[in-house]
Amino acid sequence: MTAFTFDDRPIDFVEGQSVGAALINAGIYSWRVTRRAGTRRGLFCGIGVCYDCLVTVNGAPNQRACQVAAATGMAVTTQTGTGHDDLAR
Amino acid sequence: MTSPAEKSPAEKSPAEFTAQPAVAVIGAGPAGLAAAVHAAEQGAVTVLIDSGPRLGGQYWRHQKGDLDAPDATYHDLVRRLESLVAAGRLTVRLEHHVWSVRADESGCAVAAVDRRDPGRPGELRLRAAAVVLAVGAYDRPVPFPGWDLPGVLTVGGAQALLKGSGVAVGPRVLVAGSGPFLLPVATALAASGADVLGVHEANRGSGWLRQLPAAASQPAKLREAAGYAVGLARHRIPLRTGSVVVAAHGADRLEAVTLARLDRAGKVRDGTRRRLAVDVLAIGYGFSTQSELPLQAGCALRATADGTLAVTTDRTQQTSNPRVYAAGETTGVGGAQLAVAEGTVAGSYAARAAAGHSPAAPTEPEAIEPVEPVVLVAIRTRDRLRRFAAAMHAVYPVPRFWLDTLEPDTVVCRCEEVTVAEIDAAIGNGARDARSVKLLSRAGMGWCQGRECGYATSCLTALRTGQPLDLESGAGRSVAAPIPLGLIAQADIAQADIAQADTARAHTAAPPLS
Repeated sequence: MTAFTFDDRPIDFVEGQSVGAALINAGIYSWRVTRRAGTRRGLFCGIGVCYDCLVTVNGAPNQRACQVAAATGMAVTTQTGTGHDDLAR
Repeated sequence: MTSPAEKSPAEKSPAEFTAQPAVAVIGAGPAGLAAAVHAAEQGAVTVLIDSGPRLGGQYWRHQKGDLDAPDATYHDLVRRLESLVAAGRLTVRLEHHVWSVRADESGCAVAAVDRRDPGRPGELRLRAAAVVLAVGAYDRPVPFPGWDLPGVLTVGGAQALLKGSGVAVGPRVLVAGSGPFLLPVATALAASGADVLGVHEANRGSGWLRQLPAAASQPAKLREAAGYAVGLARHRIPLRTGSVVVAAHGADRLEAVTLARLDRAGKVRDGTRRRLAVDVLAIGYGFSTQSELPLQAGCALRATADGTLAVTTDRTQQTSNPRVYAAGETTGVGGAQLAVAEGTVAGSYAARAAAGHSPAAPTEPEAIEPVEPVVLVAIRTRDRLRRFAAAMHAVYPVPRFWLDTLEPDTVVCRCEEVTVAEIDAAIGNGARDARSVKLLSRAGMGWCQGRECGYATSCLTALRTGQPLDLESGAGRSVAAPIPLGLIAQADIAQADIAQADTARAHTAAPPLS
């Protein structure tokens, strides 16, 4: 079975699926908290145009979940704000 | 569920350039594939560039063993493309994001970010004698209260999940908005097991009565429409016309929508609001074309009847810039068959232009000779389908009701989280055009660079100020795709004829993604 983790929870995927598609298939519809209002966001345009589905993959923030291909062992985590809070400290 | 098809040889190992191409084709969807194949078959050394990992664009998404496989045209074009690649006449560059296209008398300059290795982005710069822009379109949303809730997504997004990843959003989906695209997506979702609660088309089918001549000339399109009607019936999906979603509700994700009926004038009719529990709303009001590369290249644009910016082309698909040709949705949304016809014409004439045979402002195809029969056929097909597309644009305009649904706290710009109240404040502070509203409110200055909210911001500005609708001033982007700052730092800006210092637009440059 191929799987990555989302906030430490295992997510199964099929080879060739995007991270966003695998999350939606698992019933997860949001993986980002906006930097201003703190509201939740997930996939919107689905084709790489809107950047709403940004997520942190293996520690790198601002990856488009609809464009990144899911890979075994990937650590996907909810992105809060800019994803660069570490730089602001 | 299936996995994507194995990559073709052309996609696996793009040959390195031995010579600068005569023709550069940007976009490998139906229009770009046809353009690249025909340019190369005419003898022009051609490069085909696309940001995606495979050929086919948004329309031809294919998976191994997919029963709903792409049509014969796709397979024919890819077969010809592969033999051109093998012969060294065509190079394919996938996962290359073109961020700049400039063209003048001396030639065309194209710059792209090579993202084949996500950890180590590289750079591609090339010069060509002629460029074909086949950059496509994306769903056009309009804002309404709750449209930023997770679970609300575009119709094209639902389609991409299904065709690209084999995932049907759901379980309970409502499909809404306007345009013929709603129907195939609704039936495909239902066929994949989603519970499609209905298709809510804002416009009324009666618009077709005024467009009967154009429709009657397209029996294939009528059969297609009839096929969708059968599909909806088979899956017992109700189709409601003159019906719209006016609000989405939920705490952290979509839980319900409010539906309403429109009157003949396109306004929400009193007493028709009703709430419906749903898990997913797939919504879209036609398409916006990718206009930033045409604008960079200095191509003249116009607004089509459906409120979409489109590149103006002549009978050879040449734009107002003689070195730049355009094909497919970027010249006005009209579907894959039209895109292939336009690509065929564009590729053929771009190859001629690159070889120095560019006719000056031709008015009749017969005046430009000699023209291969296949190109003449493509020109006739294009003209016929273009008339049909114009009829569609007239039948499916974006209704104005959404402007009445907005609340002060409704988000307009999703990226920068700019609300209606903030846009009104910008206008109150003196902004009189969409560009000034953008500068004062930050609407359109985020990651997507106004691709999602540009239409809405322009409409709101026109409504509040009484000025005419201006779609173009906010659509220019001097950098069309995110570039790592490191690549800009390495670039020799002083010598780069590509990255002409464009100080007037510099502030609209896309913010870098790490």
